Amino acid sequence: MDIIYRIMDAVLPASLFQYTFMKNALLALLLLTPLLALLGTMAVNKRMAFFSDALGHSALAGVGIGVLLGVSNITLILVVFGILFALLITRVNRTGGASADTTISVFSSAGIALGLLILSGSGKYSKYSSILVGDILAITAADIRWLAIALLVGLILWIFTYNRLLLTAVNPQLAQSRGIPVRAMEYGFVILVAVAVMLSIRWVGVLLINALLILPAAAARNIARSAAQHALFSVIISLLSGVVGLCVSIPLGTGVGAAVVLCAAVCYAITLLISRLLGRRAQA
Amino acid sequence: MSQVPAPYDPTHRNAGHLHGEHCGLCRIEVDHVTVTADGDTLLSDVNVHLHCGQLTALIGPNGAGKTTLVRALLGQIPYSGSIRHIDERERVLRSVRTGYVPQQLPFDKQMPVTVNDFLAAALSRRPVWMGIGRKTRATVEEALSLAQAEHLQNRMLGQLSGGELQRVLLAMALTPTPDLLILDEPVSGMDQNGLYLFLDTVEALKRSRHIAILLVSHDWTLVRRYADEAVLVNKTVLSEGTPEEVFSCEPFLEAFPAMGKEAP
Repeated sequence: MDIIYRIMDAVLPASLFQYTFMKNALLALLLLTPLLALLGTMAVNKRMAFFSDALGHSALAGVGIGVLLGVSNITLILVVFGILFALLITRVNRTGGASADTTISVFSSAGIALGLLILSGSGKYSKYSSILVGDILAITAADIRWLAIALLVGLILWIFTYNRLLLTAVNPQLAQSRGIPVRAMEYGFVILVAVAVMLSIRWVGVLLINALLILPAAAARNIARSAAQHALFSVIISLLSGVVGLCVSIPLGTGVGAAVVLCAAVCYAITLLISRLLGRRAQA
Repeated sequence: MSQVPAPYDPTHRNAGHLHGEHCGLCRIEVDHVTVTADGDTLLSDVNVHLHCGQLTALIGPNGAGKTTLVRALLGQIPYSGSIRHIDERERVLRSVRTGYVPQQLPFDKQMPVTVNDFLAAALSRRPVWMGIGRKTRATVEEALSLAQAEHLQNRMLGQLSGGELQRVLLAMALTPTPDLLILDEPVSGMDQNGLYLFLDTVEALKRSRHIAILLVSHDWTLVRRYADEAVLVNKTVLSEGTPEEVFSCEPFLEAFPAMGKEAP
């Protein structure tokens, strides 16, 4: 870590990054945002934006259950709960009669309500309410190491499953006819998203996590013409939003997560405008 | 005893198939295939031989079990009986490799995926967002040329016309070369002319490659023009023979009374 800090001292403006917590926050953003942006491309293609939103909300219930069970490792309980929650939604969607958005909405509301109920009932609400907005400035060097490992594992899984996921996203029946285990791929993907979301949520917050997953990918999709462009633009937009958001929020004294997400939203607006202009030119 | 054929394996190569010309001897044997689901018999004791170098039309009224038979051939549903691939020396091969061109491909037209991405994703392991390697690009081009669709490779999937998409799907179904090519009513989104051009391509492949072709169709003109054999099913095989033979048989006229009046 010392070496990384020293490099950062050398290249970053000292006025903003003289404190270790700022360096840590930047590192965390550089690790988190690209993985979320990559997973986001598939989540957007598979029309799962609402699903991941519900997943984020369920984190509150995860924390609540963790408090009830007396588990001290919040991250662990979040990941385990997130995976179970994601698998449950997917399973119910597969068999349930209601449409997917209804099912997901039910899960989302129930997750928030359960979390609030437990936390308010146990008097621990104020202690854990920070999870709503997250606090990336509180991240420690040890947390970052874990994040880096998770990122690496996530990336490897992503590389090995991407092509099959893409075919499944285009059309599951066709993918199945090519021998792709469609159901396993779907469950695998929601688990990957659940883990990535839950590992990020303490730093980014329940309210903003989905924006980090969906916004860069949605913005990139406006202008991308191929899968490679989609991934590339999404990662660039997410990194840009992360860095700009962090640098802007400190002098202004605002929340980092909110600033990052707003930056991504601006990127979305810009790419939408570009696609409209290009589309008009193509038609003319 | 239920059995499901071995799943499709893109790396599988069969040494017996290196010769390009069809021999007309090797075949897919569907023997005593019965499919039941929730107590309903969807198919009962179906026996059909699909020969390489022949286009067999699968016809039958709605709900006759055509799709069920296709899914059994694709190994997507359990069945009793057997589906085997017998080569020209009467050897039973390990598995039937199927290529499938679906009837429709409902997908998100806005998805930023090119034809190259789509085929490379199916034909290689390297994730296409990391770029497509030279070797894969060559494989994709070769696949597209089989379906006369090379010019489409850089187009976005969602921008293709119905006929163009059908060709891309054919390219995918033909790579790697299947033992059995299944065309599931390739009519949606194509005009008559496009359809004939598409089937002309298929016909040329039938002559030059070692493939048995199964065409599911309701279009009698099409069947008459392209099929070597026709099989009429309704839960089981009611009639088989040349299209003319099948069109004039009793069960066919019962199933499609309008055809009797049309009098081919």
